[in-house]
Amino acid sequence: MAEVAAAQTVAQHGQPPIVSKRDFLKLLTGSGAIIGTGALVWPFIDYMNPSKDVLALSSVEVDLTPIPAGQGITVSWRGKPVFVRHRTPEEVKKSQDTRVSDLLDPAPDSARVKPGHAPWVVVIGICTHLGCIPLGNKPTDPRGDYGGWFCPCHGSQYDTAGRVRRGPAPANLELPTYAFESDTKVKIG
Amino acid sequence: MVRVAAPRSLAAVLLAACFGLAIPSGAPPARAQGEEALPQEHWSFSGPFGAFDMAAVQRGFQIYSEVCSNCHSMKQLQYRNLTAVGFTSDQVKAIAASVQVPLGVNDQGEPILGPGTPASTFRSPFPNEQAARAANNGALPPDLSVIVKAREGGPNYVYGILTGYTDPPAGVQMQPGMNYNKYFPGHQIAMPKPLSEGQITYADGTPNTLEQEAHDMVTFLTWAGSPEMVVRKQTGIRIVLFLLLMTGLTYGVKRKVWAQAH
Amino acid sequence: MAGLYKSEYKNPVVNWIDTRLPIFTMMGREYGTFPTPKNFNYFWNFGALAMITLAIMLATGIFLAMNYQPNTQMAFDSVERIMRDVNYGWLMRYVHMNGASMFFAVVYIHIFRGLYYGSYKYPRELLWMIGVVLLLLMMATAFMGYVLPWGQMSYWAATVITNLFSALPWVGHAVVTWLWGGFSVENPTLNRFYSLHYLLPFLIVGVAFLHVWALHITGSNNPLGIEPKGPQDTLPFHPYYTIKDSVGLCVYLIVFAILVFFAPNYLGHPDNYIPANPLATPAEIVPEWYFLPYYAILRSVPNKLGGVTLMFGSLLVLFVLPWLDTSPVRSCRFRPIYRQVIWLLVVAVIVLGFVGSHRPEGIWVVLGRVCTAYYFLHFLVILPVLGKLEKPLPLPESISRPVLPGGGGPIPSAATAKPMEKP
Repeated sequence: MAEVAAAQTVAQHGQPPIVSKRDFLKLLTGSGAIIGTGALVWPFIDYMNPSKDVLALSSVEVDLTPIPAGQGITVSWRGKPVFVRHRTPEEVKKSQDTRVSDLLDPAPDSARVKPGHAPWVVVIGICTHLGCIPLGNKPTDPRGDYGGWFCPCHGSQYDTAGRVRRGPAPANLELPTYAFESDTKVKIG
Repeated sequence: MVRVAAPRSLAAVLLAACFGLAIPSGAPPARAQGEEALPQEHWSFSGPFGAFDMAAVQRGFQIYSEVCSNCHSMKQLQYRNLTAVGFTSDQVKAIAASVQVPLGVNDQGEPILGPGTPASTFRSPFPNEQAARAANNGALPPDLSVIVKAREGGPNYVYGILTGYTDPPAGVQMQPGMNYNKYFPGHQIAMPKPLSEGQITYADGTPNTLEQEAHDMVTFLTWAGSPEMVVRKQTGIRIVLFLLLMTGLTYGVKRKVWAQAH
Repeated sequence: MAGLYKSEYKNPVVNWIDTRLPIFTMMGREYGTFPTPKNFNYFWNFGALAMITLAIMLATGIFLAMNYQPNTQMAFDSVERIMRDVNYGWLMRYVHMNGASMFFAVVYIHIFRGLYYGSYKYPRELLWMIGVVLLLLMMATAFMGYVLPWGQMSYWAATVITNLFSALPWVGHAVVTWLWGGFSVENPTLNRFYSLHYLLPFLIVGVAFLHVWALHITGSNNPLGIEPKGPQDTLPFHPYYTIKDSVGLCVYLIVFAILVFFAPNYLGHPDNYIPANPLATPAEIVPEWYFLPYYAILRSVPNKLGGVTLMFGSLLVLFVLPWLDTSPVRSCRFRPIYRQVIWLLVVAVIVLGFVGSHRPEGIWVVLGRVCTAYYFLHFLVILPVLGKLEKPLPLPESISRPVLPGGGGPIPSAATAKPMEKP
């Protein structure tokens, strides 16, 4: 628009259309305005990203000592439940012996735990079907036929490694990023 | 052309007047008669290029932990904020873990305390206002998070309070439990003299005079109140330079465009 | 039956839209080719600056609302959290906070320009009155926004300003209780102020649209105060005034940026960083600088109802200003006496500002009363009388043929007897 109007004005006054200082100046000013406006947008976008206090809570440390074998606890991480399960040696053995080819979402037991910490399974406790929270952490909960977790919404069943074994769920329970800080302490996130 | 020239100078007058109007509300008003003028300290963070002396902020945090935190809370700060003043994340973890903070309730529903994490808020010395007043002769020690922003005179005022304790002049009748401070409005302050010469042992060997301690404390409190200050000023310098450039450019374009006006 | 609009745009997409909704044609007509007097000075930047400031306030305000908590227990802390933990939260908050001051500065200069060049006179009376409505809406919005951080000044400003309505005879206390939603300024008050503080700016946008609409019906006034006689007196708005407004905008943003980045709390009061305490009033409560003159008028009358009446009257008098000024000449350039007198008004208002920031003692009481009296004298007596008595200077024939530089040039005889043309 600006160029058109300027060109018209030049034409009206009958001046030759030369590439003048003004065109360069206008280009520079225009780019400056675009850069300035563009830079203005970023603070507004970043404003909606997680704030520092939210990020500060984005990792949790879990003390494993109070969890007896055969039981699990639920901890809240980034607003989601995370299951920390202490498996008995029998459960570990059974899970390791499961044939991978029998699984709906094939994954060996070793891929579900950290090396050297086979009894400990840490999974995000959200059913991969439609987002319900499966039962099975409390000793009184139903755990399904595979001894892991049972989703009350549509009957998906998971084994002790959090792998889906039956039901509508399409995938195994998700693994959060976590690491063992010591034998009795896990840092999630 | 006298008439046409008038509005140009008029613009300047009016703008000056508009900003002149701001002075009474913005600048500290003259202190009431008979009150001591505030000390005018030199601060690392003053001026458009000023930045916090981080060693002083760390020393000030040491004073806060050893002295002030026994009565004053800082509810807007979390231990994680300390990484911004040069503490490593391991140091921050250790600092946080060394204090007992409320961790909600236990399985019996009773409130429990435990070691803090970097995400914990600075430990409050009292659970609530009533407890704070009960322990302090009825006076409430104010929260220190934004104390520098919340006082006329800012850092100089807080510095004045910390260094302004003297014996009451002859003839001044002190209320019981009050202390004389030459910079405090009304001079009678409930807080006993918090800092004195040689009170703090600095790890870095900085001389522990009262002035040094107060200076470090105020630097820490100013940082605590405006942690964004350095980033803010640096951003501001870039933006003002950019706008100056843009002013020149647009004015150039404007001259060229208007040269064609009939 | 209505037909499609015949668009002149060549671009097929633009043409397709413009044929069905001639928005490009409208924008082109109102902001592109719109004939604008060619003799604007930089005072004519301030309308555009106000528009841009409104946009800045809306953008930052909407984002601040994403993290602000309108609850007496959380409001103060949520503002501090925005400044500390939310990405660029300090920027949003300081721009919004200082933006209020910048907005009033711009609008006050804009109003002064209207007064000096007689922009409120025929045929722009309604345009002016819509402007006064905008000012009132801005003041209400600014007041309610100031309450939101829930510091000591917020709380006591809310208390004092709402208590103004208790001056109403008979229903005063019922009205105040109604405003509060309780028996003191409390959580319900904060909630409704937040709701209204969010709503009113959109009303301002709507009324500003009417303001611009009315402006584009009458066309702009100009420093000479005479209507353009033809194309030789005007220029297309774009590029001439878009670029001139851009220069003004850059300078304006420099002032704005210096305030935000280097002295963000300069115009604020330190007490507003003390959380609200309903049991203790600060030693001195003062409004923000842009309310100080009204505050001084309020306090200049020892009678409660009288003070409130005068304060609102000082604003309402602006509505009838077009009929109070009896002079047929618009621009102060051609009113030798009024050109001096208007500065007395400016001085009176500025002195009232200083009076508002001091305790009502000693000389300040006297000054406050004198200036308040002059303020009303100016509008209610001087303007109507002066318009009759003053002999205006000869007006130029047209914008393109102003009085010649040097002041000594011959004046076209036709101009002398034509003060303000009324078609």
